[in-house]
Amino acid sequence: MNWVNSVIQGMLLGGQYALIACGLSLTFGVMRIVNLAHGDLAVCGAYLGLVLSSAFGVPVWVTLPLLLPVAFAAGLALQVLLFGRALRHGVLAPVLVTFGLSIMIENLLQVAATSDPRGLNGGALALASFHIGSSITVSWLFLTAFLTACGVLSALQLTLSFTSWGRQVRATSDDLDTARLVGVRVRPVFATVAGIAVATAALAGVFIGTIGTFDPLTGTNVLIFAFEAVVIGGIGSLWGTLVGGMALGVTQVVVGEVNQAYAVLAVNLLFLAVLTVRPGGLFTSHQAVRELQGEGAPG
Amino acid sequence: MTREAAIGSRDAEPSVTPVTVSRWSRTASAFTGLCLVAVVVLAVVPYTIGGPAEQPLITLFTFIAMASQWNLLAGFSGLTSFGQNAFIGVGAYALYLVAWHGINPFGGIVLAAGVAAVVALPVSALVLRLSGGYFAVATLVVAATFQIIATLSPAVGGTTGVSVPGLAGYSDVLREALIYWSTLVVALVSVAGVYLLVRRTFGLDARAVGSDPVAAASSGVRVGRIRLLAYLVAAGGAGAVGALIALQTLYVEPTTVFNIQYSVDMLFMVLIGGMGTIEGPIIGALVLFALQETLSSYGAWYLVIVGGLAIVTTLAASRGLWGLASERFGWSLLPVGYRVRQKE
Repeated sequence: MNWVNSVIQGMLLGGQYALIACGLSLTFGVMRIVNLAHGDLAVCGAYLGLVLSSAFGVPVWVTLPLLLPVAFAAGLALQVLLFGRALRHGVLAPVLVTFGLSIMIENLLQVAATSDPRGLNGGALALASFHIGSSITVSWLFLTAFLTACGVLSALQLTLSFTSWGRQVRATSDDLDTARLVGVRVRPVFATVAGIAVATAALAGVFIGTIGTFDPLTGTNVLIFAFEAVVIGGIGSLWGTLVGGMALGVTQVVVGEVNQAYAVLAVNLLFLAVLTVRPGGLFTSHQAVRELQGEGAPG
Repeated sequence: MTREAAIGSRDAEPSVTPVTVSRWSRTASAFTGLCLVAVVVLAVVPYTIGGPAEQPLITLFTFIAMASQWNLLAGFSGLTSFGQNAFIGVGAYALYLVAWHGINPFGGIVLAAGVAAVVALPVSALVLRLSGGYFAVATLVVAATFQIIATLSPAVGGTTGVSVPGLAGYSDVLREALIYWSTLVVALVSVAGVYLLVRRTFGLDARAVGSDPVAAASSGVRVGRIRLLAYLVAAGGAGAVGALIALQTLYVEPTTVFNIQYSVDMLFMVLIGGMGTIEGPIIGALVLFALQETLSSYGAWYLVIVGGLAIVTTLAASRGLWGLASERFGWSLLPVGYRVRQKE
């Protein structure tokens, strides 16, 4: 029964990874940018939650209606000021610019908030749990994180499939020049996608901060986990990302059950193994694989 | 090195303009001569100024070596690896193991470079499947994995690390001087090695791969091979740098030798100096050295500035300081490409 418990906990944990990863996947799918500062932006979301919830003296959930629009606006601004410009300087520039941004964010956070680990006030939800049978305890917080991830992914998938905006995003993602030709205004599409990516990252950051602790340098590890979830699940597939995240979570918890020291190593090895056997991930299109390997580089 | 070529206009007009195609120049000869003199002057520093000058120069030489190697990878071949710290760590641990087996640690630098290149071979089979940003994050994963493996290996001291044996026989002055010379040699080999490598057909191929792999492949460039060679050479170089770092600190510990800071430094130096030139990384190394000497007491602010400058350079001056200078004044001290001039 202990194993069943581990697998369930791992799957719930995987939901969080998928929540962080969907923004990374979306940004790559639409703008062809791998945002190396994505993890740091999630950590920024956690710090913003900390500031707001301690300023108003409320659990962090109450601050979300303020926090998410701020994160969305930050994403818009980043796209307009940095990413959009970087895209005009060739394929290397976005990699260099987002890495520079990552260094800046990590160190600005260190200046502003010191490197002490912090946690967020999750209110009553953070401590509540329920039992299934005798040996399985499920935390409401973990379950909420998982369900939120599923909700966000479904909402994204439905929006992309059935709305006019979603069609524009898919058209831009398929072929930027043709999308422009048929009248898609690409810049607003890019800006909203960046906004959504940063907002989902901030939401994920709030869960990270409530479930565990975070410090200014947490971002790199968050990025690595999100990236692994994206690659394992398959580039460009949102549901694949969820499966990838759950594969990571289950590996981490099950191996951690045996020996905590090997948990992260096992996750990295799983990623490298998938890269060896199925470099395109579990669910992916051939086009995505070609782009991933640089053979279908966008113009 | 002067080659003459007659290039006709495309239509059948008989007006053939005679041009000279040259690569080397008088400036280049003068500069190379100057470099040789500088190397000789630097080589005798332990006898002249000695101790106080050695430590900062060792740092500078290490920077120059790291920048030149990363330039080969990112600047010429388009492989933006942010996980070169993986091979710096491998080099440091290889040096410890070599010294522990009783081999002279200074000779061990070469072995450490070899070990890093050998380790890079299976890694390259994985990471070179990716490109661009995905390649960059995959290299981060590899570096993180190596660090965890080192932490979990009791044979190399686990989390606490190990001290490098085999240096007790040297006096402090001699040890310092030997480290100084070794670092000078590694820096020199890195710069000269990259220069000689990119002057060959490899350089042309690598730049083609870096700017457009598809076009390069369709022109007959063996893309996979070029990327592999660049990756292995850069890993070997990082291994040598790691061995030098182990010799300087005399202690090998996972968090220090696998520090991502090394990769950040490489990126910064090459960007600021100018990607894809030989002179650029050296200038970048001087800039980083100066910044570090003046600003490192500000701690995190120093890195905020480093990150900010990296962004500004990429967006506003993507060819770096040297790119700006050579564009403006037509300088080329260590030429890589060819120059076509009309004959008078």
